[in-house]
Amino acid sequence: MSVTPTSPDSIIPRLKAETLSTLVRKGVRADGRSLEDFRELKIITNYLPKADGSALVRLGDTQVLAGVKLELGSPYPDTPEEGVLVVSAEFVPTASPAFEPGPPDENAIELARVIDRVLREYGVIDTSKLVVVSGKKVWVVWADIYVLDHGGNLVDASAIATLAALLTTKIPKHTITENESVLVDKSSYAGPLPVVKKAVTVTIGKLGDSLIVDPTLEEEKVMDVKLIVGVGEDGSIAGLQKSGDGYLTFQEVEKAIELALKKGSELLSKITGSLSQLEVTSSRSAGAAPIEGRGSESSGGNA
Amino acid sequence: MRGEKPKLVSEDGVRHDGRRLDELRPTRMEVGILSNASGSAYVEFGKTRVIAAVYGPREPPQRYMVLPHRAVLRCRYHMAPFSTDERKNPAPSRREIEISKVIREALEPVVMSEAFPRTSIDIFIEVISADGGTRTAALNAASLALADAGIPMRDLVAAVAVGKVNGYLVLDIDQVEDNYSEADMPVAMAPSLNMVTLLQLNGVLTPRDFSQAMNLALKGINEIYKLQKETLRNKYLVRVE
Repeated sequence: MSVTPTSPDSIIPRLKAETLSTLVRKGVRADGRSLEDFRELKIITNYLPKADGSALVRLGDTQVLAGVKLELGSPYPDTPEEGVLVVSAEFVPTASPAFEPGPPDENAIELARVIDRVLREYGVIDTSKLVVVSGKKVWVVWADIYVLDHGGNLVDASAIATLAALLTTKIPKHTITENESVLVDKSSYAGPLPVVKKAVTVTIGKLGDSLIVDPTLEEEKVMDVKLIVGVGEDGSIAGLQKSGDGYLTFQEVEKAIELALKKGSELLSKITGSLSQLEVTSSRSAGAAPIEGRGSESSGGNA
Repeated sequence: MRGEKPKLVSEDGVRHDGRRLDELRPTRMEVGILSNASGSAYVEFGKTRVIAAVYGPREPPQRYMVLPHRAVLRCRYHMAPFSTDERKNPAPSRREIEISKVIREALEPVVMSEAFPRTSIDIFIEVISADGGTRTAALNAASLALADAGIPMRDLVAAVAVGKVNGYLVLDIDQVEDNYSEADMPVAMAPSLNMVTLLQLNGVLTPRDFSQAMNLALKGINEIYKLQKETLRNKYLVRVE
């Protein structure tokens, strides 16, 4: 059952709320950004030694870790010649005083399902290339999102982290025996996960009459509503989700989408740029023992 | 969905069930169908059938669940085990949890919750037959049930899903169309206030398609809104005489 949020953490002092909305009305933000700026973005790929693909994303104060694990499994009966993508999210209690241990709540479920829909419907992974034994065994791509620190705009940070993790995921080496059983050798890799297209989300917040990009946690507390827009690399709308107790007018919806598409293509080229830079550094540092050493950092800067 | 796509829309714009592109399924609405609930409604869109009940404003079951300045809204969207082709496990799925959230959030802007501090207004929706467009049918029913319960509202909420099937934008997509659709976009509005209170898109649309889809949704929403008002009028006009 879904209940109107009553947690004291969702309450922000009225004075602060007024300051934030007054600022936004003037076209500036408390942290000095304009209404249409993303915060500084940092992506560290290959962050984890045990995952088949991983990325840590820092978007301002928000930190999200995405890990990808590949497992052999059965295809869905209605799509026997396709691999499977499963996206889940955990809002771990380290991330915010508002997060409690336990199964994912409606916010975590919504976040994971929105990102799942964007990646799936836009066809980010070519799932037809994930078949191991036709109709019987396929790769199941488990993309797990771990929110480590909640500084606002978890959806966009998680979408970037998931995309970056998928882009660095490698398929383990495997051999098929005569009786169609599959031997997997996780110590070496057969090749990269077939990521054929890129998509992210851009969340547009509505504060009073203003639309803002990449809201901070403080801004989210005073925001009326947000519109999460899936943006594909060809400029199409790859998913939508209105989230929050408020509303948008018909005209605000069109404005928000226009803004999101513009920011989304900027964001996508930032990600592509920073990840290709990284390939050079990550191959050089591969094999280094400490976790930090294995990772390769790249900064997307302010979008 | 992938695989072989059957032809669901003919060249002259007729759909697999004989509807035109901008035509709703046969629709039925009724209010006051349950005796215990403060308000209730039954809504039917073709083979999609939904019951909604509203209880409250009442004391919430847990004390911590109150707000000092308004009522809290509690909402559950739930599918009956026999509502689908394959039996549905009655335990709430991730899908149902998400839909309960977006339905509650679609009603929050219209319910005048500030009139009932420290109480809870509970909305229970049971899908008894699912044939596509259940969340929009659920929202139409919930909105009627709230009105039937006499809870003050700024407007009714009317909802419909627009889909893209075989390259055509179609109004009120059903299960078969949804299974093979390129996009499915549920929209809810408070029509008199120009508020979009629910908007989701599963699939890919160009910005141009999206604008057209929104206008198609608006057309459907206005028709549904009219039906909702008629339904309420039919019940309460008789009472007065």
